[in-house]
Amino acid sequence: MATATVPAVEREDYLNKEYGIASWLLTTDHKRIALLYLISITFFFFIGGFFALLIRLELLTPAGDLVQADTYNKLFTQHGQVMVFFFLIPSIPAVLGNFLIPLMVGAKDLAFPRINLLSWYLYIIAGMMMVHCMLTGGVDTGWTFYTPFSTAFSNTKVIEAGLAIFVAGFSSILTGLNFVVTIHRMRAPGLTWSRLPLFVWAHYATSIIQILGTPVIAITLVLVVAERALHLGIFDPKLGGDPLLFQHLFWFYSHPAVYIMILPSMGVVTEIIPCFSRKRVFGYIFVALSSIAIAVFGFLVWAHHMFVAGISVYAALVFSILSYAVAVPSAVKVFNWTATLYKGSIHYSAPMLYAFGFVGLFTIGGLTGLFLSALGVDMHVHDTYFVIAHFHYIMVGGALMGYLGGMHFWWPKISGRLYPEAWARLAALIVFIGFNLTFFPQFILGYVGMPRRYYQYPPEYQVLNVLSTAGATVLAVGYLLPMIYFLWSMRYGKPAPDNPWRAAGLEWMVQSPPTTFNFAEQPVVTWEAYNYDEIDKGYKEEPQLVG
Amino acid sequence: MFDNFPLWPQRASSMAGNVDALFIFLVILSGMMTLLIFVSLVYFAARYRHRKGVLAEQIEGSTPLELTWTIIPFGVFMVIFAWGAVVYFQQRTPPRDATEVYVVGKQWMWKLEHAEGQREINSLHVPVGRDVKLIMTSQDVIHSFFVPDFRIKQDVVPGRYTVTWFRATKAGTYHLFCTQYCGTQHSGMIGSIVVMEPAQYEAWMSGGSTGPLSASGEKMFAELGCATCHRSDSQGRGPNLQGMFGKTVLLEDGRLVTADENYIRESILDPGAKVVRGFKPVMPTFQGLVSEEQLNALVAYVKSLTPPSAPGGRNTAMSSPDSTSGQGSQVQ
Repeated sequence: MATATVPAVEREDYLNKEYGIASWLLTTDHKRIALLYLISITFFFFIGGFFALLIRLELLTPAGDLVQADTYNKLFTQHGQVMVFFFLIPSIPAVLGNFLIPLMVGAKDLAFPRINLLSWYLYIIAGMMMVHCMLTGGVDTGWTFYTPFSTAFSNTKVIEAGLAIFVAGFSSILTGLNFVVTIHRMRAPGLTWSRLPLFVWAHYATSIIQILGTPVIAITLVLVVAERALHLGIFDPKLGGDPLLFQHLFWFYSHPAVYIMILPSMGVVTEIIPCFSRKRVFGYIFVALSSIAIAVFGFLVWAHHMFVAGISVYAALVFSILSYAVAVPSAVKVFNWTATLYKGSIHYSAPMLYAFGFVGLFTIGGLTGLFLSALGVDMHVHDTYFVIAHFHYIMVGGALMGYLGGMHFWWPKISGRLYPEAWARLAALIVFIGFNLTFFPQFILGYVGMPRRYYQYPPEYQVLNVLSTAGATVLAVGYLLPMIYFLWSMRYGKPAPDNPWRAAGLEWMVQSPPTTFNFAEQPVVTWEAYNYDEIDKGYKEEPQLVG
Repeated sequence: MFDNFPLWPQRASSMAGNVDALFIFLVILSGMMTLLIFVSLVYFAARYRHRKGVLAEQIEGSTPLELTWTIIPFGVFMVIFAWGAVVYFQQRTPPRDATEVYVVGKQWMWKLEHAEGQREINSLHVPVGRDVKLIMTSQDVIHSFFVPDFRIKQDVVPGRYTVTWFRATKAGTYHLFCTQYCGTQHSGMIGSIVVMEPAQYEAWMSGGSTGPLSASGEKMFAELGCATCHRSDSQGRGPNLQGMFGKTVLLEDGRLVTADENYIRESILDPGAKVVRGFKPVMPTFQGLVSEEQLNALVAYVKSLTPPSAPGGRNTAMSSPDSTSGQGSQVQ
């Protein structure tokens, strides 16, 4: 059992083992690669966030006055592309998953350490292509690349953006592959599937989607490039193609991609809630299997993005009913998280506040998904701000909240330092308030009728837009704060004990920060996951959780 | 008071109430669910907050509870699904005797042509209480025809017709938006639906027409030489088009298709795709020779060859229950 004492002499760990730029750029240590990813995705998060802020500022007034119409179209396009492909999809898997999965399963590294490094380089190459694309003119197709606009009408850098995302996809596939093999082959003795942390289960489900879904978007983008460059008639009706075929292919990946973003976040929350309730997860097996169910059903609902696109009535009926099927396992998770709190011993530490925020916002995001799956309602709210609000509740309220919660929870392990708890709680509160102020008005705005991707709008929509923009500025403060105090804590934060939260899980049994090969000797697991009863009985004194 | 701060769109079509009813049901249902989750979270967080000396009580889970919160939501979801499907089905099934308006979207304007021949740009005048069927296509990228106060939306796709319909219930002027991103002036591709009392509408209709759309179609039909093969005496090299619209057609390859607007359109642009049994694929393509508007006129003409009493296609199954559409059937 880990102790809460802080060593007097500096120990060797993965951070101080080697210095110098080459020791980072050529590392195969999953923890260092996780940090490389952390820096890279943070860079893209702030680019995407900056675009979002410009979008919200433009929408402060009904007239298009801050930027040109074409600039606005590039802003929302690249906000989407950067946030989806360069932040959200890699976020939790490539940073926290990379760092934690070997630790959680009791392994020295991922199954393929060099492929892990390769995946980062692919990500960086893709990222540089994207940055180059943005700096030399940008792209204005919307992140969805709908044809024939993207293949025949846009005058912007569609090919370059498409190829950047194509390359980024391989990074994602390789990460998924690495996780699947690691989880199958490298679990410590005694760590059976039913003892795995649910974070690992969630990443297993995510990896399946990454491996099976990503090739489809890659193929689709190649076809877009082929049609645009070589005028092959695939999607453009003028060349004998079918524009709806593109939408089918695009959403076949891009709907499951939503689960690539949200499942890892669900995994994070499923670690945080038991720890700060000092309890086993309610219904372990149901939470685990619901992740798999989401991954499987997630592949069967893509055309719910196309109810008004011109698909047949009967296709729409099938995809509507399947969309409700995928909502069930999500609901099961929410109920289990809530039930885990029952008769717990609950601490309101910052990660827990983020987890509460996640459950609340994900609930709203999920429930509004029921509106959109209802064919009769989707007909009205499709492609309006209602949809914008809905998916931001899932991807920002859900995925990003979970990411921030996870960063706080594992920051002591990653950095070896404690972050300032009071500031962290304040930031969680600001994010929650700012988020709701930004996105709740958009539900109303959408139902009233404001279409998405509008650069200018009728004046009666202004008040709701002003509220949303005000919220976005609050939200920006909420995101800057953790960035500042995490950086601060790396130098000034109190050194972290090995297990500051007295959390369950193998990752907390190694030192903070861990050594390069994680475990001095092969751990053997003889306990169930989330054995907080045994942990708390093991301590003589009251648990003094940080915070 | 809420001129600048609307919280609800106007309810100006026969469909609006149906959509709103389901929406309100969903708001109440999800409001209750949100409340349940939030109250549980807050209550548990407060009631079971950490106290000195009190350990958490370990609970493994409960299969009956898991089944409960799997099955009940699923049941509720099926109710929503069915309700949503009914509303959607109504919207996707235009009444058979609706007045027809042809819509062409292009970057960045709406071109609308009444069957009677009136042409409009970015506005559509319609009378209160009449079923209006929109037969839409795009001459460039995908657009989407959205009238929030009517609760209708349908993508307008190049290379094919998509269809929607509405019956306005309240005179006034309503926003028409393009909701499928279509390039630079996407947010400028807006217009209005002007709903008029029938008397005023008749007055409006009496000016500005160059004759019915089917008449200009007839002219084109002659000019393009269609009539040399598509003869009305069934002796031509092409099928006789009299009374063909809405019928089920047997093709050379044994398939059965309904001769709807999309079939006529395809047969003009890609004649070899679906050849009627007994005929040879000798017709040349008219791709690039006719504009979208001319194509609409040709389609309108071919449809006008249908005897008024002809049995319809799949629309027979569906007639709007509270239909007052008798007044809307003058265009044949």
